[in-house]
Amino acid sequence: MLKTFPTGGVHPPENKLTAGIPIEYIPVPGKVVIPLSQHIGSPANPVVAKGDFVKTGQLIAEGKGFVSANIHSSVSGKVSKIDTAADTSGLKQTAVFIDVAGDEWIDTIDRSPDIVRDIKLSPEEIIKKCFESGIVGMGGATFPSHIKLNVPSGKKCDVLIINGVECEPYLTSDHRLMLEKGEEILIGITILMKALKVEKAMIGIENNKPDAIARMTSLASTFRGITVHPLKVKYPQGAEKQLIKALINREVPSGRLPIDVGAIVHNAGTAFAVYEAVQKNKPLIERVVTVTGKSLSKPGNYMVRIGTPLSGVLEAVGGIPGDTGKIINGGPMMGKAVSNTDAPVVKGMSGIILIPASEAPRKKINPCIRCARCVSVCPIHLEPYLLMTLAEKGMFERAEKERITDCIECGSCSFTCPAGRPLLDYIRLGKSTMIRMARQKVLK
Amino acid sequence: MSPTILITIISLSLLAFLSAVILYFVAQKFKVYEDPRIDEVQALLPAANCGGCGFAGCRNFAEAIVKSDSFEGLNCPVGGATVMGEIASVLGRTAPVYDPTVAVLKCNGSPDYRPRTSVYNGAAECRIVHSLYAGETDCSYGCIGYGDCERACTFDALHINPVTLLPEISDEKCTSCGACVKACPRNLIELRKKAKKDRKIYVACSNCDKGGPARRACKVACIGCGKCQKVCAFNAITIENNLAYIDATKCTFCRKCVEECPTNAIIEVNFPPRKPKAEAEAEAVKAQ
Repeated sequence: MLKTFPTGGVHPPENKLTAGIPIEYIPVPGKVVIPLSQHIGSPANPVVAKGDFVKTGQLIAEGKGFVSANIHSSVSGKVSKIDTAADTSGLKQTAVFIDVAGDEWIDTIDRSPDIVRDIKLSPEEIIKKCFESGIVGMGGATFPSHIKLNVPSGKKCDVLIINGVECEPYLTSDHRLMLEKGEEILIGITILMKALKVEKAMIGIENNKPDAIARMTSLASTFRGITVHPLKVKYPQGAEKQLIKALINREVPSGRLPIDVGAIVHNAGTAFAVYEAVQKNKPLIERVVTVTGKSLSKPGNYMVRIGTPLSGVLEAVGGIPGDTGKIINGGPMMGKAVSNTDAPVVKGMSGIILIPASEAPRKKINPCIRCARCVSVCPIHLEPYLLMTLAEKGMFERAEKERITDCIECGSCSFTCPAGRPLLDYIRLGKSTMIRMARQKVLK
Repeated sequence: MSPTILITIISLSLLAFLSAVILYFVAQKFKVYEDPRIDEVQALLPAANCGGCGFAGCRNFAEAIVKSDSFEGLNCPVGGATVMGEIASVLGRTAPVYDPTVAVLKCNGSPDYRPRTSVYNGAAECRIVHSLYAGETDCSYGCIGYGDCERACTFDALHINPVTLLPEISDEKCTSCGACVKACPRNLIELRKKAKKDRKIYVACSNCDKGGPARRACKVACIGCGKCQKVCAFNAITIENNLAYIDATKCTFCRKCVEECPTNAIIEVNFPPRKPKAEAEAEAVKAQ
C-alpha cells in the first residue's frame, strides 16, 4: 500500500508530456531583466548601477531584512538601467536590465563537471552560504531557504523531508533533475541535514515517476540516513502539510508550521541549488523550466538563465503555436495565466504551459448546487462553498472562524466544482482582505 | 348556559385579567428610557440605511446625533443641508455647514484610449480581477469596468457605459454616500467638492507609472510632466508619484491646466465651449 494523505485530493490528468525529455540548455539571450523581488519577503537592494559591467554569478542586489534573498547576475554584460518591469501578470516591479556581452563568469565558481561529495563547511557556514547564494524554494513558493535552516529556539527538528513529488500536471523539472542530477541532489540533502543537525531525511516521490524512484533509491544507498518513499499519485501530495502527513503521519496544527511537528520540508530542486552553492560556489542564476503544451513543436525541460524574457524562451522552443489560447506560468492547478510575454523567467518559475484555445476558457459560472464535492476534495477539511460565500459577502469574522486562513490554495475545489464556481478566486480574496484587516488592527 | 361553560368563561377571564395586571407592572418596572427625540430625528432621515454617514443605518445615526453635544463628524450626505437643518431645529442647535460633494471617476481609459491587451475569463467582479493581475489593459491602476461600483450604489446613480466600459455618475442622483468609493478596489472614485452648475475639473487618471509606460498603456494618461502645476496660478495642483492632483478647494475653474495638459488627462465637465483664441486674447486684454 502506497502512503498518501487521508483527506480530500483530486486526480487531474497528468499530461507529463516532457517526462522523458532530458534537460537542454537554452542559449544565453541578448538582454536580461532581473527583478529585485523573486522571493517572499522584502525586495533586495541593488548594489550595481547603470553603466556597471557585471560578470555571470556576480552579486547585483542584497537581501534586506530577515526575510529576503540576494540576487545575482545570470549573465555578463553592462547594466543598461535599473527600472520597473512588468511581470507575467502585468504588475510592475523594479528590475536590473542588462545588455549581455559574452558569458564571463566570476572566477570563484567551480564550473567543472566533477561531483564533489566532501562537505567542508560547518552548519553555520552552510546557512550563511545559502543566504549569500540567493537560494529560495524552487518548488515555486520562493521562500528564502536559509530561514528554513535556522531552527527557532525551543523547537526541535528530527527529520528533513525532501519534496520530489511534483504533483502538478505537466511539470517535470524536478523529475528530470532527480534522474540526471540525482547524486548532486543527494549531496545537497546531506548538506541540508548537516545544517539542520538531523540524521534522517525522507524523499517523497509520486508513483508516476518509477524511473526517478528507482534511480534515487539506488543512489541513496550510498548515503547515510536518506530513504526514498514512493507516494500514491494524488493532487496535492506535494503540498507540505499533506507530504508530512503522508510520510511521517504527523499533522501540522492549524496556523502552525512544519517545524512545530519536528519536520522541515525542502524541494528537490532546492537541494540541487544548495549543492551547487555549497560545493561549487555557484549562486542561483539558472533553473530548469518545463516548457510544455499539446501543440508545442519542441516541448521539453530547459535550463534557463534567470532574467531571460519569456518571449525568448518560447522562441527557442519553436515559437508559440497558432492555436494557443492561454499561457500558464506554473502548473495548471495553482499557476496563473500570463498577460505579458515580455516578462522575465524568475527563480520560482517551474513551468510554462501553452494551452490550446479549445481548452483555455474557464467554465461558465452557475449557482451552487450544494453537492458538497468541494468539501469532499478539500485536503484541509474546509468547506469551500461556504468560504466563497462568506468572502463574497464580506463576512470576514465568520470566515476566520471557518478557518479561511488555513486554505493552502491548492485549487482542488475549483477543479471539482460541477457548477464551475470560481471558489479559489473568492477564497484568495477573502484571505488577502483578512490579512490586510489584521495588519491594520496591529498597526492601530 | 351550563355551569361548565360559565366556570370556564369566568376562570379564563380572571386569568387574562391577572396576566394583564402582572404585565402592566412588569412593563413599568423594566421600562427602558429612550430619548423621544431619537424617534423624531429618525423620522426626518431618508431611511436609505446606506451607511454614508458612517453609522450602521439611520436609527444608529439618529441615536449618535441625539447623544452627542455637537455636530462634529455627524452628517447625513444623502439628506444634505435640508435634513441636517431640520434635525438641528429639533435638537435646538445651529445647523452645520458642509460643502456638498459628488462622486467622480479618476480614470478616462476607454478602449479607444487604452487598448485591451488580454482577455479576462474569470468571475466578473473588479475586486477579483484586481486581486489576480494588472487587468485587461497595460495600465494596472485603471478602471476594470466590471461594475463593483454600480452594484454598490443604492441610489441608481452609477452605471457602466457599455461602449467606454467606464462608470458614468449622475449628478442629480448621486448622494455622495461613499459606497462606490469603498467598492472600487483601485480607489478610483473620489468625492469632490461640487461647483456651481455641476461643473468639474479634475485629473482623470490614477496611473503612478513613469510617463513612458503610462502613455504607452493609455493615450490620455497623466505622465507627471508638471506643466499643469506650472500654469496654475492658484497652487491647486500637486504632483506625486508621477501623477497630478487638483485640490478642489483651491481650484477656481480657470481651465488653464485643461488647455496645458499635453495628453488631455485633465478634463472639464459642464463648461460652455471655449471661445476661439483671438477673441479670448482680446477679452484678457480688456479684463486687465
